[in-house]
Amino acid sequence: MADDKLYNDIPGTIVFDSDMAAKGFHLNQFCISLRMQANRDAYKADPEGYIDRYPMSAEQREAALNQQWNRLLELGGNIYYSSKLAAFHGINFQELAGLMTGMGSTAYREMMLNGGRSIEGNREKSEWQDN
Amino acid sequence: MAYVSSGVACSHVPVLGVASDTGNTDDDYYGPIFKGFEYSKQWIANEKPDVILLVYNDHCTAFDARIIPTFALGCAAEYAPADEGWGPRPVPVVKGHQTLSAHIAQSLILDSFDMTIVNEMEVDHGLTVPLTLMFGKPDEWPCPVVPLAVNVVQYPAPLGSRCYTLGKSIRKAIESFPENLKVCVFGTGGMSHQLQHERAGLINAEWDERFMNLLVNQPEKGSLIQPIEYLREAGSEGIELVMWYVMRGALNDTVEEMHRFYHVPASNTAVGHLILENR
Repeated sequence: MADDKLYNDIPGTIVFDSDMAAKGFHLNQFCISLRMQANRDAYKADPEGYIDRYPMSAEQREAALNQQWNRLLELGGNIYYSSKLAAFHGINFQELAGLMTGMGSTAYREMMLNGGRSIEGNREKSEWQDN
Repeated sequence: MAYVSSGVACSHVPVLGVASDTGNTDDDYYGPIFKGFEYSKQWIANEKPDVILLVYNDHCTAFDARIIPTFALGCAAEYAPADEGWGPRPVPVVKGHQTLSAHIAQSLILDSFDMTIVNEMEVDHGLTVPLTLMFGKPDEWPCPVVPLAVNVVQYPAPLGSRCYTLGKSIRKAIESFPENLKVCVFGTGGMSHQLQHERAGLINAEWDERFMNLLVNQPEKGSLIQPIEYLREAGSEGIELVMWYVMRGALNDTVEEMHRFYHVPASNTAVGHLILENR
C-alpha cells in the first residue's frame, strides 16, 4: 500500500523516504565516499573527474559541485550524506543549517541560543504561504 | 543470570564530542551542558554496569546507502571510532561482548525480531558521544558495549511501539544469559531537532517535556506516538527519539527517575537526558 505522505505538508522539510532514497542513491554514495581521506584527496585534486565516477543526474552533479545544499536534498540527497560533502568544504552542521535556512551563521546561531525555531507557525505549509 | 539494572537516555549531538575532544567543556556555551552530566558521571561510577547495551543510529557512516538495516546488532569483539569526514574521534576503541551479543541475537530472532547481525562495524558519534557524556575521557571505556543500530535516517524508522516491544524482548534475552552480568541500557538520540532545509533549527521544548513524562510514567501510551507527530512536532531528525523506547521497554513498567536534564541548544539540537532505575 502506498504511503499517503502526510509529511509532505510539513514546511521547509524534505522527508528522506524510499522514493527520495532511490532518486538520490548515486548522489548519496558520492557524498559518503568523502568520509575517507583518500577520496577527499582525490576529489580535491580533480572534482569533476572524481564525481563522474558516480552516475548521478546532471542536476545532482551540478548541485554537488556548486554546494547547493537545499537543492541536494530536493534531488534525493539526505542531510547525513550531504554533511560529508559539507565537512569536505569545512562546513559543520550548524554552519550548514545557517546556509540552508538562508539566515547565515550568525543569525542562525543567535536563534538557537534564544531557544531555536518555534514550532508555532511552522507545522503546516499553509502557515508559510502568507509570509 | 544477567539482568537489566537501569536505563540512560541521552542525546548524541556530534558537537559535544568535539567539545570534549578539544577541551572546551567548561566554556560558556558547553559548560552548562557538561554540568548537566556531572550527576550522571557520579551515578554511573557507583552503578558500575558490567555491560552497556547501547541503542543508537548510524549516521550514514558504517552503513552507506547500499544496505539499510532497521535493527542491526553488533556482535564483534571491538568497534573502532569512525572517520565521519573530520578524522576519527580520538577516543578509545569500544570493546564488545561477543558471547552476550551472540546470545541476544539468537534470542531476539527466536522471539520474532529478525535482527541483522553485524560482525564488523565502525561506530560513529551516535555511539561514542553518549559514552563521552557519561564517562568523560578515560584511557579505556570502563565496560564492554553491545551496540544496537536502528535505522532512523531513511523513512520509515521503526514505530515507537515496535521499539518498545523490542526492548522487552532484549530484556528477556539478557535475563536468559547464564553469566551474572549487570546490564545498563542506553537509548540515545534526540531531542527535538531538525538539521535540514528551511525549517532547520526547530526546537519544541514543550513537546520534549511531554515526551519525557510519557516515556517515564506512561510508556505504553507514549510508545504509540506516530511517525508524523515526531516529524512535525520534534523535527525531521527528532524521530531518533523512538530509540529511547527500546531502552524503556527493557526496564520495569515502573521506574524511578533519578535524574533529568534538558538544555537548548547544542548546535542545532535540544539536549535531553534521563537516568532511570528499575523499581
